Amino acid sequence: MTSLFQEVSPGAAEETPTRQITVTVNGESRTAVVEPRLVLAHLLRNGLNMTGTHTGCDTSNCGACTVLFDGKPVKSCTMFAVQADGHEVMTVEGLAGPSELHAIQEGFKEEHGLQCGFCTPGMMMASKALLDENPSPSEDEIRWALSGNLCRCTGYQNIVKAVMWAARKLEDQG
Amino acid sequence: MTAVDEIKIGGMGASRRRVEDNRFIRGKGNYVDDIVLPGMLHMEILRSPLAHARIKSIDASKAWAMPGVRLVLTGETMAARNLAWMPTLSYDTQAVLATDKVRFQGQEVACVIADDPYIAKDACEAIVVDYEPLPVIVNPTQSLAEGAPLIRDDKENQSNNVVYDWEVGDKDGTDRVFDQADVISKIDLHYPRSHPAPIECCGSIADFNRATSKLTVYMTTQAPHIIRAAVALVAELPEQMIRIISPDIGGGFGNKVPVYPGYVASILASILLERPVKWIEDRTGNLISTGFARDIYLHGELALRKDGRILGVRMKATADHGAFFSDAQPSKFKIGLMHSAFACYDIPNAHLEARGVYTNKAPGGVAYRCSFRVTEAMFFQERMVQAAADDLGMDQAEFRRINFVRDDDFPHRTPWGFLTDSGQYGKCLDVGLEAIGYEEFLKEKEEAAKRGRLLGIGISTMTEPLGAGNSREYDILGIKMFDSAELKIHMTGKALLRTGAKTQGQGHETTWAQIVAHELGLPAEDILVEEGDTDTAPFGMGTYASRSTPVAGAAVAMVSRKIRAKARKIAAHLLEISEEDVEWELGRFYVRSQPDRGVTIQECAMAAYSNMPDGMEPGLENVAYYDPPNLTWPFACYIVTVEVDPETGVWDVLRLVAVDDCGVRINPMIVEGQIMGGLTEAYAMANMQFITFDEHGNCIGSNFTDYLLPTAWETPGIELHEVETPCPHHPIGAKGIGECAAVGGPAAFVNAVMDALKGTGVRNIDMPVFPDRVYEALQTGQDVSGAPPVRTDET
Ligand code: FES
Ligand code: FES
Repeated sequence: MTSLFQEVSPGAAEETPTRQITVTVNGESRTAVVEPRLVLAHLLRNGLNMTGTHTGCDTSNCGACTVLFDGKPVKSCTMFAVQADGHEVMTVEGLAGPSELHAIQEGFKEEHGLQCGFCTPGMMMASKALLDENPSPSEDEIRWALSGNLCRCTGYQNIVKAVMWAARKLEDQG
Repeated sequence: MTAVDEIKIGGMGASRRRVEDNRFIRGKGNYVDDIVLPGMLHMEILRSPLAHARIKSIDASKAWAMPGVRLVLTGETMAARNLAWMPTLSYDTQAVLATDKVRFQGQEVACVIADDPYIAKDACEAIVVDYEPLPVIVNPTQSLAEGAPLIRDDKENQSNNVVYDWEVGDKDGTDRVFDQADVISKIDLHYPRSHPAPIECCGSIADFNRATSKLTVYMTTQAPHIIRAAVALVAELPEQMIRIISPDIGGGFGNKVPVYPGYVASILASILLERPVKWIEDRTGNLISTGFARDIYLHGELALRKDGRILGVRMKATADHGAFFSDAQPSKFKIGLMHSAFACYDIPNAHLEARGVYTNKAPGGVAYRCSFRVTEAMFFQERMVQAAADDLGMDQAEFRRINFVRDDDFPHRTPWGFLTDSGQYGKCLDVGLEAIGYEEFLKEKEEAAKRGRLLGIGISTMTEPLGAGNSREYDILGIKMFDSAELKIHMTGKALLRTGAKTQGQGHETTWAQIVAHELGLPAEDILVEEGDTDTAPFGMGTYASRSTPVAGAAVAMVSRKIRAKARKIAAHLLEISEEDVEWELGRFYVRSQPDRGVTIQECAMAAYSNMPDGMEPGLENVAYYDPPNLTWPFACYIVTVEVDPETGVWDVLRLVAVDDCGVRINPMIVEGQIMGGLTEAYAMANMQFITFDEHGNCIGSNFTDYLLPTAWETPGIELHEVETPCPHHPIGAKGIGECAAVGGPAAFVNAVMDALKGTGVRNIDMPVFPDRVYEALQTGQDVSGAPPVRTDET
C-alpha cells in the first residue's frame, strides 16, 4: 500500500513488494504503485479516492463493492488490484453522463429503491450488468440477477421496480 | 391570490422523491469510511478467540517492532488511564480492552494503530496472548445452575450470574383469574439471537487537536448527543470540547446505538498520538461483538373463558444479555417494554416476571428495529394468541376480534400501565382478511388437505408503543427522552432546519422539510435539513425506537408554529392592521375582511430582517424542544399464507398482506418503504436469520456465509394496505412506522406454518423455522424448541 498514503514509516518502504499497474477506470487510464495483496475495492476507494464503491463484508456475500470489470459484474473486494492491470473497470462514479443521470440512477430515485444508500452503488452496477445483457428482464430475472447483493433497508421490491423503470426508460431512449 | 397547493410544494401527503438520493445514487454519500483526514492513522482490533478465559500475559513486542506501527493499546494501557472499563447505557460496566479475563468470543483485547489498515491487521496477528481457558456458559440454564462459574467477578456484590429480576402487574389478581378460567393455554417460546447487520459496519475517526483541546469524532452513531455525554463522562473531557459528527449512516437498526470499545480506543489513540485515528470494523467484528438482539425464553399462559374472552396473561421471560448489560433500555424498565405485550387486547389482569442473565456471549439485547424489546413482546403475544385460539378450537381471526380493544374504548389503560389512545383494530383486521380472501383461502386449504397438500394462514395483529418517551417515564442514564428542532428562515424565504434526530435511511432530509412545508407553506425544496453534528444540531436523543417522527418530527411542527406566530405579527405590521384581523392560509397571511390583501410567508421573512415592527427582535429563527405527552400507538395486521411441503419441510410464502395504521402519513412512499423493509426482516427472522453458539462459546454466524440474510430472490412480494387513525396528541397526527413490520411480522410467518401443521399434534416450532425442523416436527408430531443444535465435528 506504500503508494496509497502520503507517508510511510522507515523500513516499510524497503520491505514491501510493490507493482505498478495501469487500470482504465470509468474510461480514464489510471496508474498506481500497489502492494500485490491490495484488493481492488481498496485501490478504488483509498488509492483513487472513489468512495462510491462500498465494502460491507469479508466474504464476498454482500455485493456492496460490485463494479463492472470489462463489462461483467465482479465483487471488487474479492479481486486484487494487480489483477485489474490492463483491464477496464466501471464504478458508480462512471454511471452518470456529464449532464444527466443514467436511467438506473433515475429509476432508483423514482421508485424509492434505496434508503440508507449503502448497498445502492453495488445494486446499480449489478443492475447495469443485467440490463446490458437483457434489456427487458422479468421480475424473476431481476431478482435472480441481484441475488448476490444484499440490502437491509428496502425489502428489494422497490429495487425490482427501479430496474424495471430503468429498462423502460432505456427502451424509450432506444 | 389563492393558497399554495400543498402537494405541489412537497408538503404532507406528497410522495416526494428523496433529497438524499441525489448524492447516494451518484456514489457521493459521505459514510464514515469515506472520510479521509490529513495524517490519518488506522486502527485494528485484536479479539479474543475464546469465550471465557483468564489473560495470563500479552506480548505485543513483535507488533511494536513492525514498520508502520505507531501504537499498541492493551488493557494495561487503558487501565493506566482509568479507561479499561466504561459505563454502559444501562448502568452496567463493560470492558473496553480486557484486563483480567475475556468474557465472550470476539471481545476486544488489544488495538494496533498503524499507517495503513493492512499493517495494523498484520500487527494484530503478531500479538501473542496467553489465555487460561475457563468453563463457558452459553445459555440461561447453565448461567443459573448451582455452582455456575461467576462471569462478572469484576463487579463487587455480584455473587451469581443474574443481571436483574424485574416484575410488573398484579400477581395475586392474575392468579385469581387463572383459578376461574375455563381453559388455560400454555406455551414455551424462544426468540433466538439475531443481529441487525446493517450493510455498513461500525466505525469512527477520532481527531484530537492538542492546540485547541478539541476532540472531533466522526462516528456511526444513531444518537450523537448521547455519545457526546458518554464521552464527556468516560474520557473526562469538557463537553464543549467534544464534537460528535454522525455522517451518512449505512443502516442502523439499533446496531449503532451502544457505545463500543472501538470508539473509545480510537479516541484514546488520537489523544495519545495527536493524529486522526480511523477504526473501521470488519464484518466478523460486527457480527461477533456488537449489538446482538433478542435471545429471550418465554413461558406464557393465557386464562380463557369458553366463549373466547381472555381473562388474564402470565408471562415469565428470561433474557440472555451476554457478558455485559450494554443495550440501551429506559432506566425504569429493565426488560425494555416487554410489558407492552397484549396492548391491543382488552385484558383485565396481567403479570410479567423477567430475569436477565449474564452468559459468555457478546453483549446483546439491543432494540433491533424496535422500541426496547417490543419485537419479542409482540412475537410472544401473537404466538400465544394463535395457540390459545387453537386450544379453544376457535377461528383465529374471530378470537382476535372478540378480544380487541374497541374503537370507542379509547383512551384505554392496559393492565401493565400503558395508555393506548387511538386505533381501529377491527377495521384493520377486516381490510387484511378481505385482501387475502380469508374465507376462500380456508376453503382452498380444506380442499388441498384432501390431496395431501399443507396450506396455512397466519395472522399477526398488534399495537406497539413507538416514540419514547414522555419524560415522566422515559430516560436513558437519567437523560429525558425529549427531542428538538431548530428552524432558521433566511431573509429570502429559504430555510435551514436541524433536529436532534439522526437519519440512517429513513429520509429525514426529505420528510422534515415536508412538515415545515405543511406548517408554513414554504416549498419543501427551499428547506435544507441537517442532522448529526453535535456542534450545530440542537440537543436530542437520536433516532431509534421509531422515535423520529413521534418526537423530533413533532418538534419540527412546533418550531414551525413558533415561526408562524412571529411571522403573523410581522404580517400585521406589513398589512397595517391589528394582529387579530390577520388570517392564515397555507403560505400566506391576509386581511380577514379583504382576503385578496395579503403577504406571503416569504415576504414576512424578508421583513424580519429588513422591516420589522418597532420593538420586535429581528430575525426569523427559533428552536423547539418537544416532550411528547404519550407514546404513539400504530396498529398493524399482517397476514401470510404458506404452503408446506410435507416431504421436505420446505415452506413457501404464497402471499403476504400488510395493513398498517400509522396515523397521518407525511410521505406515503417513504412509509411504504419502511414497511417493506421491516417485513423482509420479519421474514428473515422467521426463516433463516439467527446466531447461535456451540458449547465452547464459538459464535456460529460470524459472517454472511453462516449468518443468512435474505436476498431479492427469496424475499416474498408484499401487498400493502392502509387505514388511518390520526394520533390524537401528535401535532400532525402521525405515529411511528419504521419498526411495525419487523415487530409484528415474524409471528405472521410462524403462525402460518403452524396453521399448516394444525392437526399433526405440533403446536410450536421455534424460530428459525428451518425446513429440517418442520420436517422433524412432521415426522415426530412433536414441538421443536430452542435454538437449532450446532453441528460440530465432535458431534
Ligand atoms: S464487500 Fe461484501 S461482497 Fe465485497
Ligand atoms: S438501502 Fe440500505 S442497505 Fe440497501
